[in-house]
Amino acid sequence: MAVVETGAVPTGKVGLRPHRESRREGWQRRLPLLPALIYVVIVTQVPFVVTLWYSFQNYFFDVPAPAHFTGFSNYTQAFTNAAFRGSLLRSVEMTVIAVIVSMLLGVAFAVLLDRKFLGRSIVRTLIITPFLVMPAAAALVWAGPMLDPNFGLLNWLLEPFGVNHVAWLSTHALGAVIVVMIWQWTPFMTLIVLAGLQSQPADTLEAAKVDGAGAFATFGELTIPHLRPYIELGILLGSIYLVNVFDQVRLMTNGGPGTATTNLPFYLYQQVNFAFDVGGAAAAGVITVILTIIVATFALRMFARVFQFEEAGI
Amino acid sequence: MTAVPTRLVRNREPGPQRFRELSGQVGWGIFTWVVGIAFFLPVLWMLITAFKPESAAETWPPKFTFSPTLAEFRLVFSGMGPFLTHSVIATIGSTILVLLLGVPAAYALSVHPVKHWRDGLFFFISTKMLPIVAAIGPLYVIALKLHLLDSIWLLIILYTAMNLPLAIWMIRSFMLEVPKELLEAARLDGAGRIREITGVILPVVSPGLVSTALICVIFAWNELFLALNLTTVNAATMPMYLISSVPQEGLYIAHLSAAATVASVPVIAVGWIAQRSLVRGLSMGAIK
Repeated sequence: MAVVETGAVPTGKVGLRPHRESRREGWQRRLPLLPALIYVVIVTQVPFVVTLWYSFQNYFFDVPAPAHFTGFSNYTQAFTNAAFRGSLLRSVEMTVIAVIVSMLLGVAFAVLLDRKFLGRSIVRTLIITPFLVMPAAAALVWAGPMLDPNFGLLNWLLEPFGVNHVAWLSTHALGAVIVVMIWQWTPFMTLIVLAGLQSQPADTLEAAKVDGAGAFATFGELTIPHLRPYIELGILLGSIYLVNVFDQVRLMTNGGPGTATTNLPFYLYQQVNFAFDVGGAAAAGVITVILTIIVATFALRMFARVFQFEEAGI
Repeated sequence: MTAVPTRLVRNREPGPQRFRELSGQVGWGIFTWVVGIAFFLPVLWMLITAFKPESAAETWPPKFTFSPTLAEFRLVFSGMGPFLTHSVIATIGSTILVLLLGVPAAYALSVHPVKHWRDGLFFFISTKMLPIVAAIGPLYVIALKLHLLDSIWLLIILYTAMNLPLAIWMIRSFMLEVPKELLEAARLDGAGRIREITGVILPVVSPGLVSTALICVIFAWNELFLALNLTTVNAATMPMYLISSVPQEGLYIAHLSAAATVASVPVIAVGWIAQRSLVRGLSMGAIK
């Protein structure tokens, strides 16, 4: 049985009112948390502080001169840089399309898998497998054996429909990359939605059937509202991972043709590895982080709602 | 859907309705099978191609009959040695570190929660939202200054930070399920915090720790961005071996497929075995 956590913290007599607890007790509670907290602060926050510092510096790897302060020039460059803005928009586009399509497919797959049929667990296993394939492997296998214009399996499968040796990665590069993102993330959505479907109380569905509700009406009026937190959770977590997609872009199209598939992670990778522009990449990074924080504030609120933390006096 | 209503229906009107229901079920079953196989096709094609001789891999039309060979696998096994070692060390090392840091932290956020446990939880998850790519340049400089560039330690440190928030949420959800009576009984026996953790909580949550570890293994094993940016030779991992298996010229499709298969199989196996805990782990403990 799958149930979205109600967030009930087992307090009982164990977690007593904090305002009356002694200092010692407070530290005893805090102590186990500190190693992880300090670790995460150092490893994940310090690089961003350093990023902030470098964003005001002129610093190139390939120039022997030490870094020096340049004020806001990295920022003005980033804002006026069409490539940066383009990659930002492309990231949003890729993420939104991939998340929406994989969620729609996920719901469809979950509905199919929710019925009883011969070999259901085998089909379920087949469907989750793409999520487990190493993203680098998925990207290279799609780019070569699947999509190659001369010997790719897809062109062969589509030949009866009049498709003739299409070079997918040149003509439909962005679409091809998004297809692979969708292929890898649909299983994730399927699993989460399937858990939602299976947590639906059977008696309400039975009651709806007895009342003469059709399958579609039942799905729209009972199942979808029940699935809502699950769908929100899937979209939220899927977006967190998909916005950082790099492997597919790097290995399928290398950001091209031109900049057709250059998303933000790939753009920053290029800035550091090929333009050696630490300052510029840092400024672009800071802008990205600020935008992310704006989006994340909403996302965190959604998290709180999805997980429904009990407002207990803890 | 129990058997009872169906039988009632059959008693009233025998043939057609029952038949239609049954054939509908079979029809949907077949349809689902077709969808599943179509979705799995790229993986299947990767497997098939991996057993081809190089000359049979790049043909038009694609070949489905050929004499299978292990030649490419042999080549992969002889070439991937150091990459495999680095991947195994980075994956297992970071997963152990995640558990060592995550278990106490999850404890402090669930069983005896600190005052602002909710803020703590959200701080951890918010670090997952900050795009690490944004800091890749400075990360490179920091690693350079600390002499950690191209070192396996760097990957262990970063993969731990990458998986720790997820693990804390997940382990916490398992700890919330420890029966209160057990904790109470241990307390009455005069057990201290340490004994409470080792004697009561860990035995109960150990299956949960295994599924947490599996999720961490999956993400660490598959990671490419950090490895590609921060390592070259001494810490290059399996995804980087895959990249190196694509040469500038010549036939390589069978070799690539064999390498991709070998690189993916550990995680696929882990995922297949741990299907049930997969859902819970991916939803960070929200779905039980």
